[in-house]
Amino acid sequence: MATVRGLTFRRGDRVIFQDVDLDIPRGQVTAIMGPSGTGKTTLLRLLSGQVRPDAGRIEVDGICVHELNWRELYQFRKRMAMLFQSGALFTDLNVFDNVAFPLREHTRLPDRLLRTLVLMKLEAVGLRGARDLMPAELSGGMARRVALARAIALDPALILYDEPFAGQDPISMGVLVKLIRTLNDALGLTSIIVSHDVKETAAIADYLYLISDGRIVEHGTPGALDRSHSPWVDQFMHARPDGPMSFHYPAPPYAADLLASPSA
Amino acid sequence: MSAILARLGRAVLEQLTRTGRAALFFLSLLGALSFMIRRPGLLVKQLYAVGVLSLPIILVSGLFVGMVLGLQGYANLVDFGATSSLGTVVALSLIRELGPVLTALLYAGRAGSALTAEIGLMKATEQLASMRMMAVDPFQRVLAPRFLAGCIAVPLLAGIFTAIGILGGYLVAVEQLGVDDGAFWSQMQAKVQLFADVINGVVIKSVVFGLVANWIALFEGYEAQPTSEGVSLATTRTVVYTALAVLGLDFVLTALMFGAW
Repeated sequence: MATVRGLTFRRGDRVIFQDVDLDIPRGQVTAIMGPSGTGKTTLLRLLSGQVRPDAGRIEVDGICVHELNWRELYQFRKRMAMLFQSGALFTDLNVFDNVAFPLREHTRLPDRLLRTLVLMKLEAVGLRGARDLMPAELSGGMARRVALARAIALDPALILYDEPFAGQDPISMGVLVKLIRTLNDALGLTSIIVSHDVKETAAIADYLYLISDGRIVEHGTPGALDRSHSPWVDQFMHARPDGPMSFHYPAPPYAADLLASPSA
Repeated sequence: MSAILARLGRAVLEQLTRTGRAALFFLSLLGALSFMIRRPGLLVKQLYAVGVLSLPIILVSGLFVGMVLGLQGYANLVDFGATSSLGTVVALSLIRELGPVLTALLYAGRAGSALTAEIGLMKATEQLASMRMMAVDPFQRVLAPRFLAGCIAVPLLAGIFTAIGILGGYLVAVEQLGVDDGAFWSQMQAKVQLFADVINGVVIKSVVFGLVANWIALFEGYEAQPTSEGVSLATTRTVVYTALAVLGLDFVLTALMFGAW
């Protein structure tokens, strides 16, 4: 479905990705995991053409994303959807109108058919009864489910999930985990999940990529990574406080820092 | 010394870049306006938000400004026995200057700041990004309707401000201070010219101010840092920049229209 070759991306002088290769198989749930601040969301933005790479090639469904012009990119995006971390629901529209938004913008369906479609999408995420609520009246988990219903409104071939489990209570998380897997299989989608929630993501992903410091550290099936002997993978997958990944942000020696004059 | 020069140079470059971005933003806005033909409903909704909801402040301010003009004009003209010119003084002050300028300033405070905050928050909460991901252009769907509605609303509000201001002047001058009713209106009718005063003043000035006020408000919102502090700063900048731009442009337009140049 998607292939990334030799991807390099910088923000100013900071290298976010250096020579990254990725393959996203069609019909599967692929997870990209890594600690916070490793550029996971940036990778989704690169895949959806929101930012352009400094080097390398990103192809989705045979189309080189970063070579598309504005019009072609918008055409291309009708076949993909992205679930933002915040849900990004339109705060001036109720739940029904939020889900109806992409349908109203891109189709000329009669109101009756549009209503049926929106209710079907809301039923799929279990929120048909919440159709009249405003986004401010929804819990975080409900907002993300509404956003998911909106994301599948146009029956995309590819869905990108940006930290879908962040800040969710255990029940909402369980619901979302099940939904993502069920929707992927039932609708024949391809899903890419960016997350640092190891347990939940590993439970539904077919394949995992672990990234750190702008590189793919390890990749494989959840089972294979769970048994990996790499100390970095072991630390991340089992959430160990000690390991190659330092707790401290790079800093000068502690004692020298404390004794230095305040102006230094 | 070199550090100061470097900082100065950087600031100038940043300002130039920002000006360039503002110009490109304006062109994109203009390019997206044709979308309104297909979706007039979006325009009507925004006309209500920026126009109709601004009416109370415009009506009340216009009335008070007109009443003050009536009082001040009377206090000065009565010494020369020229109170019959009060209608002309009130009308010309409002039509040429106060109507368009004060409307634009009030609009920036009431609607411009709201536009900036709304767009800034839409950006901060990823609503604009999600719209792009749904292959919907925010320029067409969000910014163009607000821009066009604002550009239509400001001249209309300026007209209403001016009319209500003249009525306020009338109430004070004629009803309270005893200026002759016929003289008030006939002097005004005789001295106020349609093209030289009304078209130049209320119409052209308020169209220009409306364009600038909405451009600044939307650009600041679109460029706001996606944080609470960033949105707050952008909102402040909208009000300050609009006030400065309107007052500066007012001088330029007045000099071109009524000056000896």
